[in-house]
Amino acid sequence: MSGKPKLHYFNGRGRMESIRWLLAAAGVEFEECFLETKDDLTKLQKDGSLLFQQVPMVEIDGMKMVQTRAIGNYIATKYNLYGKDLKERALIDMYVEAVIDLNELLMTHTFQPADKKEQHFATIVDKATNRYFPVYEKVLKDHGQDFLVGNQLSRADVQLLETLLMAEECKPDILAKFPLLQSFKARISNIPTIKKFLQPGSQRKPPLQEKDVPKLMKIFH
Amino acid sequence: MSGKPRLTYLNGRGRMEPVRWLLAAAGVEFEEIFLETRQQYEKLIKDGVLMFQQVPLVEIDGMKMVQTRAILSYIAGKYNLYGKDLKERALIDMYVEGITDLMQMILMFPFSPPEAREKNIDSIKERATNRYFPVFEKVLKQHGQDFLVGNKFSWADVQLIEAILAVEEKIPAVLSGFPQLQAFKTRMSNMPTIKKFLQPGSPRKPPPDDIYVETVLKIFKK
Repeated sequence: MSGKPKLHYFNGRGRMESIRWLLAAAGVEFEECFLETKDDLTKLQKDGSLLFQQVPMVEIDGMKMVQTRAIGNYIATKYNLYGKDLKERALIDMYVEAVIDLNELLMTHTFQPADKKEQHFATIVDKATNRYFPVYEKVLKDHGQDFLVGNQLSRADVQLLETLLMAEECKPDILAKFPLLQSFKARISNIPTIKKFLQPGSQRKPPLQEKDVPKLMKIFH
Repeated sequence: MSGKPRLTYLNGRGRMEPVRWLLAAAGVEFEEIFLETRQQYEKLIKDGVLMFQQVPLVEIDGMKMVQTRAILSYIAGKYNLYGKDLKERALIDMYVEGITDLMQMILMFPFSPPEAREKNIDSIKERATNRYFPVFEKVLKQHGQDFLVGNKFSWADVQLIEAILAVEEKIPAVLSGFPQLQAFKTRMSNMPTIKKFLQPGSPRKPPPDDIYVETVLKIFKK
């Protein structure tokens, strides 16, 4: 046993990607065990490794943790990415929860049926540019600091960067009206641990391709 | 200003009900503002009071908190319902998140078309009895303690009792294979703060009816 956290998921972003980002940002090396077939999932379910029969599952500090938010909370606290007190945590939580909402929209885009794709894309762009990005742009403008909360790197910064990059994959000029988010993106991307994660060969996963969807459906349905 | 937390939402359960449960369980009195019209909602947005243009909104300790989980985590942390250390918190988080997935099915249920309702009840029953309830039955059996985590009342216990009662409203005999959960339900229901919350006249909201569904669609429909 290596002592490193071990991630169980399929070989793609999905609900595990934000965990990979957090661990990477914290400079924590981790191992990955990829589910390739339905049998792989069934085996984990049968041996009692999955509390609610679902992945993501992360083996960490003697626990088999499930539920993405629980895992994220644990990692963020353990590696000091969760603010210094309850009020900073409250802010971080509010920012992260909204980012998760936007992530859900981005993540489900590949699964949309062809006749719904254009509408869904319009929804993504509308929500990103009218509901979510203006909030973070204003937060950065109001305090003029490098990080979203408490003048230090937190999970909120990591998750926001992840989402900004995913949104740009969807629409490359989506940050056009948000100068502070653009400089935030550059700044956080240059943090050594994150810079390393953004380089080829890291454990960051590529976007889901439509051709990979059937294989995924076979594992989970 | 009263100093009490102030909740803004519709006059119904929805996404605010877990917040009402948690505050009540912690013995914290709170005020409520009910959204009844679209104009009220639009005014809140225009006033810049809703960070992401959504409710629930809870004004507490000088903050205008939004995002249900953020609100619940704050309340749990503040009122010592979040375990004694990081590992207990991890357990509480896992349990709460699992229960929340089950509650999501109940949340969405009133908005499903009538022809899908029976199938949805079956799905809720299947998930409750095969995926979620067995986990908590086992947890309670294994440690033999009164509460789910750390031998102490926590957010996980509150979330579970809320879920049990909500599922029972749809499937009355759902606990029949779960003796530990039956005892847990009795035990939690008898805790003074929860007992009070379960009595008529409390801030607890009734199950959603057609009027509630209509109000939701009227206020939030684009």
